[in-house]
Amino acid sequence: MRRLKAQIIDTDGFDRTLTRLAHEILEKNRGASNIVIVGIRTRGEFIARRVTRIIETVEHTKLHLGSLDITLYRDDLLGKLEQPQLKGTEVLFDINDRDVILIDDVLFTGRTIRAALDELADLGRPRSIQLAVLVDRGHRQLPIRADYVGKNVPTSANESIRVHVKEVDGEDAVLLMHPEE
Amino acid sequence: MPLHSKHLLGLDGMSREDLQLILDTAVSFREVLDRPIKKVPPLQGKTVANMFFENSTRTRLSFELAERRLSADVLGFAATGSSVSKGETLKDTARNIEAMKVDMVVMRHSAAGASHYLSRVIDANVINAGDGSHEHPTQGLLDMYTIREKHGRLNDLHVCIVGDISHSRVARSNIFGLKTMGARVSVCGPATMIPREIDRLGVEVYHHLDDVLPTVDVLNVLRIQLERDAGRLFPTIREYRQTFGITRRRLEKAGRVMTIMHPGPINRDVEISADVADSEHSVILQQVLNGVAVRMSVLYLLSTRN
Repeated sequence: MRRLKAQIIDTDGFDRTLTRLAHEILEKNRGASNIVIVGIRTRGEFIARRVTRIIETVEHTKLHLGSLDITLYRDDLLGKLEQPQLKGTEVLFDINDRDVILIDDVLFTGRTIRAALDELADLGRPRSIQLAVLVDRGHRQLPIRADYVGKNVPTSANESIRVHVKEVDGEDAVLLMHPEE
Repeated sequence: MPLHSKHLLGLDGMSREDLQLILDTAVSFREVLDRPIKKVPPLQGKTVANMFFENSTRTRLSFELAERRLSADVLGFAATGSSVSKGETLKDTARNIEAMKVDMVVMRHSAAGASHYLSRVIDANVINAGDGSHEHPTQGLLDMYTIREKHGRLNDLHVCIVGDISHSRVARSNIFGLKTMGARVSVCGPATMIPREIDRLGVEVYHHLDDVLPTVDVLNVLRIQLERDAGRLFPTIREYRQTFGITRRRLEKAGRVMTIMHPGPINRDVEISADVADSEHSVILQQVLNGVAVRMSVLYLLSTRN
């Protein structure tokens, strides 16, 4: 069991953070004309869907939105883990020469992002890949950084971050949890 | 939940959950086959030996492709021109291959139960790629996957298997798997080709196509194995074709649209007419493609079972 240490982002803050991320993405890319959005399953998929909706509303356009299941690209697949269930990758559009906005909920060791980059490389050759995350909690084990960060949260390695989204958990929130007891 | 067994020897006795897991996981691999780069890394560093003691083209290529697309290292082995022709036993052959640090063995053998035996004498995961007239589990799974893809479910569908049921491992694996998933299964063929007491498996038996076709959703047409002395089971090929051959006229008479399947290779205009095999209701080539995805699913689930 882990006990709650602090609420990092509440429901209102959640919306505001995603709105800011969406605007930063638009600003850096000078609009939405060449971008496509890809969320990492499972939580990143929901964040990606929300960011996409905000951009579409602001820009009066439709964006391509896909999701990655990076399980097959994990570096610990044949190790200790319980067998993960495959949920499938769904990128039903061409990513060649597009600017791919890769979205995940929490950036931690960077291993998930490494796997996602490898998978994207198998799907095509984008013009660029940019990373957006809701929370960056530090403790990178690989040379990876995010282009857009909702919130930087200093943590100790044995604490954990929980992201709740309305679609699955009934509420939007980011919680910092104490180490396992 | 991982698979219950570390081997895939047959669909007989396999649980609904395990069948479901293999079919669901195969959906992810089916997507991989549509990518520009049709290869994923989960079996990197694993070695798979394909031991085919009996001729096979399609199944062997399909397994090999599945293994390579999962990034496994692949060892090929054919009985002809190998130590088997020098009199080595199956056990010794397998143990020698395993001594080279092989993680999985895919085996086809003419003796029923050969892969069960193998699974008891070696540590590697064993996948049965057809043992005599016993089982061919990955064919059963790819048939089920293809039916589910086409109809969205297996439950309550009527699947009829036509042909030489007695000598068909494809029929047996299909029957076991489909019954577990809740399908209605019937078989149709001359009495010489239907095992006695097959109704004990919960299968309906027909000897006239016109009796069964009007309620069929999926027709799985088996190959007449002309090379296996099929001649003693029915008088002439012409007579078989007239009585059990699947033709457009016969399907039109049944007045029902049904999915047409065939495990291949086809004897055109013997068990199935060319126009039916090539019709828009035929999923014969989808079966071949899905076979790769289903085999990737099995290899992946067995090797990551830990």
